[in-house]
Amino acid sequence: METDWIWGLVGGLLIGTGGAVYLLGNGRIMGASGIVGGLVDGSGWSTLWERVAFLAGVVIMPLILWPLYSVKIDTHLTDKMWVIIVAGLLVGVGTRIANGCTSGHGVCGISRLSMRGIIATVFYILAGGLMLALFRHVLGLI
Amino acid sequence: MRIFISLISGLLFGGGLFISGMTDTAKVQGWLDVFGNWDPTLAFVMGGAIIPMFFAWQFTKGRHPLVGGDFPAPPRTEIDHRLVIGSVLFGMGWGLAGLCPGPAIASITYNGMGGVIFMVSMLAGMLAAPAVGRGLDRAATAA
Repeated sequence: METDWIWGLVGGLLIGTGGAVYLLGNGRIMGASGIVGGLVDGSGWSTLWERVAFLAGVVIMPLILWPLYSVKIDTHLTDKMWVIIVAGLLVGVGTRIANGCTSGHGVCGISRLSMRGIIATVFYILAGGLMLALFRHVLGLI
Repeated sequence: MRIFISLISGLLFGGGLFISGMTDTAKVQGWLDVFGNWDPTLAFVMGGAIIPMFFAWQFTKGRHPLVGGDFPAPPRTEIDHRLVIGSVLFGMGWGLAGLCPGPAIASITYNGMGGVIFMVSMLAGMLAAPAVGRGLDRAATAA
């Protein structure tokens, strides 16, 4: 527990390096929702294979690192199906309408001092915090 | 070349999400849960990620991407209903499940049936987004 922040920082630096490689190499903004969303609605099919390659990398690396961990990794995902489905729908719709998520607006936007990135991040953090407070502490549903 | 660069970037991104603990929904919700047992990890992840990206943006000035072409145009400045409402909807889902798109993808192989159902729901939401967005535009024009 005491070392969690160090791993958070190291992992964060890796995430940012991934974004830097994507930007300086391909000249594009590394946003997870945009890369996936473009495949879903067809708007990104002209860059199909680089999107697929990126997503493959995201899925593969945890599998490579997995054996290095002696402890069992638990994602603590809720087993309440309605929560998972409603949350998934909201995340999918919201990130596409706002044109970005934690990686695009958060990491890539804030680091270039984009006002849209900063505003988006403020709103999704506030909404997330309020939703959790309401459903966990007030209603006791999650 | 573009495909190779994308793969390297994806490997770094996926590795970072895994190592940082961001595929653990308890750590993400722990950060959002200011009324509970607050977990500061996410702030370190965000801060850590912004550092290399900040230097990368500085480096783009007066240069071109490795594969040629141009870097992204300066960020748009208009704060419209799509940005605000979309971010609020996203945040609501993020708070409920503790998953955002990046970690949902990174953890797809070890997040069980719930992770798969989240992914399918998220893709369905993305598919519905253009229609929902047009509805929002009409409401915004009427208002």
